Amino acid sequence: MEWVNAVVQGTLLGGLYALFAAGLSLIFGVMRLVNIAHGDLIVLAAYLGLSATTLLGLHPLAALLVVVPAMAIMGYVLQRAILNQTLGKDILPPLLVTFGLSVIIQNTLLEAYSADPQKMNAGALETASFSAGGLSLGVLPVMTFVIAVGVIAGLQWTFYRTALGRAFRATSDNQEIAQLMGLNRRHIFGLAMALALAVTAIAGIMLGIRTSFDPSIGGGRLIFGFEAVIIGGLGNLWGTLVGGVILGVAQTIGAKIDPGWQLLAGHLVFLIILAVRPNGLFPRIGE
Amino acid sequence: MTAFLQLDQVSKAFGAITVAEDLSFEVQSGQALGVIGPNGAGKTSMFNLITGTLAPNSGRIMFDGTDITRDGAAKRCRAGMARSFQVPQPFSGMTVFENAMIAATQAGGLHGKEAEQFCIEVLDQTALLDRANTLAGGLTLLGRKRLELTRALCARPKLLMLDEIAGGLTEAECTSLVQTIKDIHARGVTIIWIEHVVHALLAVVDKLMVIDFGRKITEGDPHTTMESPEVQEIYLGIAADA
Repeated sequence: MEWVNAVVQGTLLGGLYALFAAGLSLIFGVMRLVNIAHGDLIVLAAYLGLSATTLLGLHPLAALLVVVPAMAIMGYVLQRAILNQTLGKDILPPLLVTFGLSVIIQNTLLEAYSADPQKMNAGALETASFSAGGLSLGVLPVMTFVIAVGVIAGLQWTFYRTALGRAFRATSDNQEIAQLMGLNRRHIFGLAMALALAVTAIAGIMLGIRTSFDPSIGGGRLIFGFEAVIIGGLGNLWGTLVGGVILGVAQTIGAKIDPGWQLLAGHLVFLIILAVRPNGLFPRIGE
Repeated sequence: MTAFLQLDQVSKAFGAITVAEDLSFEVQSGQALGVIGPNGAGKTSMFNLITGTLAPNSGRIMFDGTDITRDGAAKRCRAGMARSFQVPQPFSGMTVFENAMIAATQAGGLHGKEAEQFCIEVLDQTALLDRANTLAGGLTLLGRKRLELTRALCARPKLLMLDEIAGGLTEAECTSLVQTIKDIHARGVTIIWIEHVVHALLAVVDKLMVIDFGRKITEGDPHTTMESPEVQEIYLGIAADA
């Protein structure tokens, strides 16, 4: 039963990782941009959530109503003002610029909030639990997982069922022709980044309720997000969810064997999958 | 009367390679202009200059009464111009219908059900309706050529630019394509058509222009132009006095 518990808890943890990864996956899918600052943007969202809770007295979940739009606007502006300028045939400029952005965000957070670990106070939600099938499940992890599934389903629907999604896919498919079809690539990329950072905002808030955070943890969240995306297969959103779950389960099982093995076990599983299936488990058909 | 599309001394060169040199011509609203010239004459580059994929080194391009020389491709497209490509370039990971919808919603300014209905009509006209849910990457050459035309039409253009759309088609396919283009022209759409299949071209256009080395050699009535010594010499490679 303990092992079953580890798998279930790992699956729920995977929901959080999928939230980390979804924005990363979306951005790479639409504009082939690898955002090194993604982890720091998650942490930034957590801090914005913290400010919203302390200054406005909001519950962390209510803070989503403020932080999600704020991050979305920031994403659009960031893309139009800076990142669009870096996109081209060479993949190095976006890597360098987002790496620089990562350093800037970390240091700005250090200045503004200090290096002390912080945590959002979600009251009773943090410890609430219920029993199901002999297991004790935390309400928060279950809620995070459900939100992750909802977010992925929402993104999937947006991509394949709406005009905006069609524009994303057309631009991703052939930028030159998309321009000739009247699509403004810069605007479309701005919208994609806005959507990605809206998801990132959700990820940041859920992270900030679950654990304590400080300005330096962005890099680690970026790695988890990357691993989930790669395990699931590039460009496949449901694959990203599965990737997150595999990573989460590997970590909780690793921790069960020896508490020091949690992170290592996750990385090892990632490495094995990369060796056996270099394109991930569910690469998008036709690529 | 001002021209619908006007190129005024447009020049473009890549280093020593000149693709357009002092190129000036006009197309009136509702006209169908045919363009011929040898390979490498700068025909496709001329389309790139008009659609905004290429920026000219000098000169001016006027469309529908506005100077569009500085406008980007997306803006020009929304202003009412659409083109097909000589080498078909579909969004290969999307279905035929989705390809059409992109053009109808983004360039054509249609929404929702109205856009869907319009795409179905166009797909029916271009004989692609039965392939609507096929991935564009899986179409045959003829299918891709038809998709090029479909996508251009779904953009509801005032100016339609066709780049060797009849090349590589069988006689029967070509005949039906010519009929489709005639129908489109009859509805008042202005057309510029680059084509090597001259008999297809002559069946539609009311003016013919010959270009070579990025320069306009001659233009005028299609049949007279075809028989002119310049065309015989430069385009067909026959010496004028032979």
